[in-house]
Amino acid sequence: MIKAALIGLGKMGISHQAIITAHPDVKMVAVCDAANYVLTLMEKYTGVKTYSDYRKMIDTEDLDCVFIATPSRFHAEMVRYALDKNLHVFCEKPFCLDVEQGSALAQLAERKRLVTQVGYHCRFVGAFREARRLAAPNILGNIHHVQVEAYGPVVVRTKGSTWRHSKIEGGGCLHDYACHAIDLMNYVVGAPRSVGGTVVKSIFSQDVDDEVYSTLYFENGATGYLAANWSDDSYRKMFTRITLWGTKGRLSADRQEYQIYLREPNEELSLDAGWTIKNTVELTQPAWFYLRGEEYSAQIDHFIQSVKAGNHQTESTFSSALATDRVVQMLLADAEGRRTEVWKNSGAATAKKRSVLQDLLVGGH
Amino acid sequence: MDRVLFGDNQFFGVNHMSEEKARAQAMRFQHDEAIIEVLDAALDEGIATFMCTTHERIGAICDHWRANPPKYKGYKFFPCMPYAHKYANAATEYGIVEAIRRFLPQEGLLNAVVRGGMSLAKKDVEGVATLLIDAEMKMFQGLETPVIFLQNVVTDLLLGTGFKEGLRIFADHVRLRYNAEPGFITMNLIRLLDALDEVGLENPIVCCNINKLGFRMCGGAAAYEQAIATRRFRPIAMSVLASGAIPPREAFEYVCAQKQIASIVFGASTREHIRQTKSLIHMLS
Repeated sequence: MIKAALIGLGKMGISHQAIITAHPDVKMVAVCDAANYVLTLMEKYTGVKTYSDYRKMIDTEDLDCVFIATPSRFHAEMVRYALDKNLHVFCEKPFCLDVEQGSALAQLAERKRLVTQVGYHCRFVGAFREARRLAAPNILGNIHHVQVEAYGPVVVRTKGSTWRHSKIEGGGCLHDYACHAIDLMNYVVGAPRSVGGTVVKSIFSQDVDDEVYSTLYFENGATGYLAANWSDDSYRKMFTRITLWGTKGRLSADRQEYQIYLREPNEELSLDAGWTIKNTVELTQPAWFYLRGEEYSAQIDHFIQSVKAGNHQTESTFSSALATDRVVQMLLADAEGRRTEVWKNSGAATAKKRSVLQDLLVGGH
Repeated sequence: MDRVLFGDNQFFGVNHMSEEKARAQAMRFQHDEAIIEVLDAALDEGIATFMCTTHERIGAICDHWRANPPKYKGYKFFPCMPYAHKYANAATEYGIVEAIRRFLPQEGLLNAVVRGGMSLAKKDVEGVATLLIDAEMKMFQGLETPVIFLQNVVTDLLLGTGFKEGLRIFADHVRLRYNAEPGFITMNLIRLLDALDEVGLENPIVCCNINKLGFRMCGGAAAYEQAIATRRFRPIAMSVLASGAIPPREAFEYVCAQKQIASIVFGASTREHIRQTKSLIHMLS
């Protein structure tokens, strides 16, 4: 039995707790949270041991691995503490708010040969796994453009009081929805080299961003477009989609299905010319326990099996999640650069800028 | 329980196959009249039980039913609670405790409990849970609700965490306060039956996916078939068509061949489709 502990009993944490506890190869040794009422409830009704101090829990209990599902701001210190104690670590996304810290932790885990995983569950969705497989030169041809989108109804009015609404805690659409979209893109086609024209802005939130848009540039000349907006309640729940345009066809995938359009038939994969559509019923592997989507169960099982087998190359390692954090960093830098430019537009700077622009337009100096 | 029950996924843009279809359905049923028209069509075809989530829009449907007592005499609602997205969205916006507090009819109870420190003793949890159930049931006042279900996301969360007592709390309150039978929706049938045995709930009503493909049937179709044949419970089959992946005749043949299955729930958007499905079930039963 793999001995596990969980830090953080919020929405994601409790979901993880149910799935981990139900896993036949895991003993859930203890859980930890800052809120005493949740702990009392857990201890009384589920019999699991509880802690309010994660260090004490890690020091006291005999563990193989730890699951971290706290607000993002705490990830780095908790991951470090667990790695220092030679524990395998599953951490919720985004990995780290600070890329330098994240990089050091990914290296530390690699040095120590520990199993790491970050909770990018899209990597365990059947349709997205197929998208990655089909994004190959012999199928879609050379991919020249990628679009990733994430929309949903998280902040639809000027209210909200949880850590997801706080910048310092790592809240905001960029760190939440956009990270899923970016990681999905990284998973399917790889990370972009640079970004441009980034917009990170608020619609309703006071302290954080609600929508993110950016143009992405890949090493091989391909381009991409990212759109994430968590203030869109025309979607019942989070919707994520990736679309790829290649020289041989087009593919789009969301959680429910993928649709591929090929100019010529692909005999190797028995795909016809024109459209092929496959949905979740065909693409999903059954789970041993289902709570809210097979992918949530599958990612936990993958981590547990990796711990058992000593497999360090999980589907979503710290290193791969770090690549997503790096894209976030590029987006922020680009967005801030743009904002500075906009600010210059007021007063004297505007006048100067305008004259330069006029010069350009009329072709003069 | 009737043999055929009418479900509500199609009304609220829930479709496990395609986001586009889900959206088209959400558009088609964005006005309550469109929902009522289909429910009336189902009633004309002899389906007089509506198994529905406690989605806020069901409130308007209930108003219509209350306003037309002769027409809907003997009609039954099987409420399924809670509508999870309502809570999930609120939990994201306000945090779990604040979200629960907001859904409580009497403000302040949980507030007091939480502020009072670690006094979430057994009785308080029951109190909070039963208040939440009452809040969800408010819209059905005056209507027949002989069976009340706990939605799978909550059933399975309680199952997974080992909070089995929660299943009993739900059952007790539904019996006591509403004189109704408790029902449980689950994606983990075998595990649930074991848990219900443990907390002493006999011959329970359990609604779960039952389809030939084993789609969202944890433990697999064979284990389900065996449980249905040998264990004492009243199964309701849902997702019989596995979101359309199985041809209707084949799908209903599979379910109807298992004689212990008490009822079948399905959703449809047109009178023609309702008629075909209902007659297929009756022919094969």
